[in-house]
Amino acid sequence: MDQSTKNKVEIEKGHSNGHTKSKRLDVMKTYKIYIDGKFPRTESGRYYILKDSRGENPVNICQSSRKDFREAVVAARKSQPSWAAKSAYNKGQILYRIAEMLEGRKSQFIEELIQQGSTAAQAEKEVELSIDRLVYYAGWSDKYQQVFSAVNPVESSHFNFSMAEPTGVVSALSSENFGLIGLVSLIAPAIVGGNTIIILASSVKPLCAVTFGEVINSSDVPSGVVNILTGYRSELISHFANHMDVNAIVYSGNDSKEIQLIKELSSLNVKRAIIYKEVDQMEENSHNGYRIMDLQEIKTTWHPVGQ
Amino acid sequence: MKRSEYSFNDSPAIDQVGVEERIARFSKRSIKKESKLTALKMALSMVDLTTLEAKDTPGKVKQLCAKAILPHAGFEGIPSVAAVCVYPNFVRIAKTALQGSSVKVAAVATAFPSGMSTRKVKLEETKWAVGEGADEIDMVISRGHFLAGEYNFVFDEIAAVKEACGEAHLKVILETGELSTLDNVRRASDLAMHAGADFIKTSTGKIQPAATLPVTLVMLEAIRDFYYETGKQIGMKPAGGIATAKLALNYLVVLRETLGNDWLNSDMFRFGASALANDLLMQIVKEKTGVYQSLDYFSKD
Amino acid sequence: MAKKQTKKTVAIKFNTDWQYAPAPENKDHIRLEEKYDLFINGKFTPPSSGKYFDTINPATEKKLASVADANEKDVDKAVTSARTAYDKTWSKMPAKERAKYIYRIARIMQERARELSVIETMDGGKAIRESRDVDVPLAAAHFFYYAGWADKIKYAVPGASARALGVAGQIIPWNFPLLMAAWKIAPALAAGNTVVLKPAETTPLTALKLAEIIRDADLPPGVVNIITGAGATGSALVNHPGIDKIAFTGSTNVGKIIQKSIAGTNKKYTLELGGKAANIIFEDAAIDQAVEGVVNGIFFNQGHVCCAGSRLFVQESIAKKVIRKLKDRMETLIVGDPLDKNTDIGAINSKMQLDKINKYLKIGVNEGGEMYQPSCTIPSKGFFCRPTLFTNVAQSSRIVQEEIFGPVLSIQTFRTVEEVIEKANNIPYGLSGGVWTDKGSKIFKVTSALRAGVIWANTYNKFDPTSPFGGYKESGVGREGGLHGLMPYLEVEHN
Repeated sequence: MDQSTKNKVEIEKGHSNGHTKSKRLDVMKTYKIYIDGKFPRTESGRYYILKDSRGENPVNICQSSRKDFREAVVAARKSQPSWAAKSAYNKGQILYRIAEMLEGRKSQFIEELIQQGSTAAQAEKEVELSIDRLVYYAGWSDKYQQVFSAVNPVESSHFNFSMAEPTGVVSALSSENFGLIGLVSLIAPAIVGGNTIIILASSVKPLCAVTFGEVINSSDVPSGVVNILTGYRSELISHFANHMDVNAIVYSGNDSKEIQLIKELSSLNVKRAIIYKEVDQMEENSHNGYRIMDLQEIKTTWHPVGQ
Repeated sequence: MKRSEYSFNDSPAIDQVGVEERIARFSKRSIKKESKLTALKMALSMVDLTTLEAKDTPGKVKQLCAKAILPHAGFEGIPSVAAVCVYPNFVRIAKTALQGSSVKVAAVATAFPSGMSTRKVKLEETKWAVGEGADEIDMVISRGHFLAGEYNFVFDEIAAVKEACGEAHLKVILETGELSTLDNVRRASDLAMHAGADFIKTSTGKIQPAATLPVTLVMLEAIRDFYYETGKQIGMKPAGGIATAKLALNYLVVLRETLGNDWLNSDMFRFGASALANDLLMQIVKEKTGVYQSLDYFSKD
Repeated sequence: MAKKQTKKTVAIKFNTDWQYAPAPENKDHIRLEEKYDLFINGKFTPPSSGKYFDTINPATEKKLASVADANEKDVDKAVTSARTAYDKTWSKMPAKERAKYIYRIARIMQERARELSVIETMDGGKAIRESRDVDVPLAAAHFFYYAGWADKIKYAVPGASARALGVAGQIIPWNFPLLMAAWKIAPALAAGNTVVLKPAETTPLTALKLAEIIRDADLPPGVVNIITGAGATGSALVNHPGIDKIAFTGSTNVGKIIQKSIAGTNKKYTLELGGKAANIIFEDAAIDQAVEGVVNGIFFNQGHVCCAGSRLFVQESIAKKVIRKLKDRMETLIVGDPLDKNTDIGAINSKMQLDKINKYLKIGVNEGGEMYQPSCTIPSKGFFCRPTLFTNVAQSSRIVQEEIFGPVLSIQTFRTVEEVIEKANNIPYGLSGGVWTDKGSKIFKVTSALRAGVIWANTYNKFDPTSPFGGYKESGVGREGGLHGLMPYLEVEHN
């Protein structure tokens, strides 16, 4: 077989991301997961095959295991204090940086969304809204504390104030229906508030997840702050909910059995279980400052006033 | 104690709000019935009956001494007060008037109340008062020097006066009303005790505020720490502003629960007061008769 | 000196000749019924089972009253009446009118403050000094504070709007019976909800007196229902489908059970659970005030306080001194008749709780801890426990890890800020903490590093209606008190 024939065969076999076929052999993307600032394959070696909306162009997606999740939690726990300790200004800049990076790779995300079944218009809207949502939460960085904290006029001779602090390590189950904005809608309010997160991407629309990990990775977000897994919700949900070193779980969806399971398992360590009904991912009002507060604890401090 | 053995920075910080809360809690102790009577008599026995007015005369001082020995004639079981407190020029008169009684003579000295004079004059005055027969000397510290951070000056002055006292007991007046903070009260207490004070005393009575419960607590805690550190028991005298029996009992509660049994006597605790004695007497008589009293029935001396 | 003194031990002696005479609070003026029914729909109603249980005075072990035992049927009746009141009356009433009802409750509580304090002390065992000066005035203040919120809800939710949740089921513990009732009822009513409240079975009386106050305030029937009973009643309330929100204060174990049992529902919940707070003294602290804060932190209310400072951390350089001062201070604590105005530490709330505390004392000793108790005498009748401290304990000791809920303090030492922060946070709880230092910047460093919802710096165990209270981690979810305490009773809406 001469060289040209071999090339041709490869092109027929391989996929081309829906591009018009060129003579050049495409470099295929390996969809890995994102843990602690690195892109490993799942430790389990397992994968599942995702095909595009026409049932073509199969891609191997990592089927993450509970051990991958465990590793991600370790990374998230380790990075949480220093991430929370960064100034609000700095965290805001980093979120804005994510938006910038996403903007720069807009076409890739649109392409992936289309590949996973969105129309071009839907895909464009989702990516643009995702960018805008990141900018929205970036702006909250140095404001939510001011809006939601309080100085409390206690009767005794004490200065008393209540302020928001991150809940800690958050596990999240992203929307099954929205490949990109589902991620952004959960990640942004969590991390802008100083939490670190392990998020499971949509199992049916996982492509953007890995690509979004790359965006995160190039946006000055410290390792471990955002960890993205792909795999099956049904397999991982109970681990996301019962891990004793996870302080809160966020769920996007409407499955009442899943919601019940999450809430039940959360009781093991009085985990905060935050449920967002899957109706409004693309609505303007599905982002708000209260979503940041859902992952905050209020700390009240007393100090005497004297001389 | 030598100055070198003590660092002026050893005094712990004092939190004013915490002290006030503690006092509020002490003040809620309910002293009733026989424990009240015991306390009233104890308080009376701790009074330094005081007259420190520019218009004092020998006659006034003599009357006061009579009151000190026998605070309320015709009533059984009333103790004498601990001492009379006068200016140095009345020491001899008081001493004579009190002869044969247990009542001591205390003299204010060291350019009382301001302390604004030279060390030489202060020492002379002290020696003179002791020579006249004073059992106790109530000196004032140089607040200006203290507030300026010249702790060595204040320390040395106290040590010198102590030496001048000879056998007489030295009470060191901090004039806490001019020290501004409880941190200063604590530091001045520590300094005075290390410099040789037998008693530490809050006030001259000429400055407001005079004695307060928070200040007294801070001083008692200083005495407690000094006791644990050195084994020496220093006495305490709140002075000025303690006019009612109820308030005096509050002081005794603070004393009891801070320093305990060994301080609950007139050797270790005094009230510098004038009007207090009659209110204590009225309450004692009330406890015994069950009838509220009038000042018309108690001698004002 | 004539006598040569042998070296005497330097120690403060508190066994003085001058003792405080008994000063019992007068209880002639209080009115207690022999039997209390359930307060449902504005009326005292007999329980459908006809069953009653006794509530006793833990200081005397004598019966105070019989109290109705509510079963599922009664719970249903109470929830139905709360629902009807919500639908027909409370949710339709102008907010400013609701506010005035809550103000009324506050005022009547203030008028009956003395009676409430005496009953609180008799039923629960806490010292009258505390029920008189802390529990009752704070409870009234809570109603006063939240009353004013009723017509200002829109200011509580910037950028959004809010509505009431509906019917709140509230379960409260025995350590601050009336105060916890106020913490629960006041914000719920201000936010526009109606309420079914279940007090603890050992301390139901002040809640029932509160029911009388609510009746006398002419609150529309059904807006507040107060039903008595034990765990089964609470469970029926939690699982009743007509409840929109559960507010629970109690043990972490029960909190977890509640969280689990309502998992399949849309019920919202706030949980105020256990704690094992670190109280940290640095060498530069105002030491005498710190010692007082430690005493207040662990011996307040016999240590029956979820936020009690039960783990003391002392910097090594001052450890000896602090322990000596603590022991001296403990000598002056008066343990005994809770009705005596001079009593510092009253009765342990129940036989069961006393047994639990005593079990932990044994565990502490067996673990190698060095136990110290002052020399005070305790009454022979009733449930009492001497204030206790343990030295020579390890981070792994059970008495350091587990919530004892009694007057038992464990003392550990530390050397550096990092070390103490790590140890303080090394616990599943996160309710409260204390920091004592004279250095401002250290306060901010340590208070922000402690993973707990309430931090007292250079003070301890302070409470105020304006000040949010609640835990991190296994100490609970949600806040009570202040603006943040209003939120758990509101549905925030984004339009």
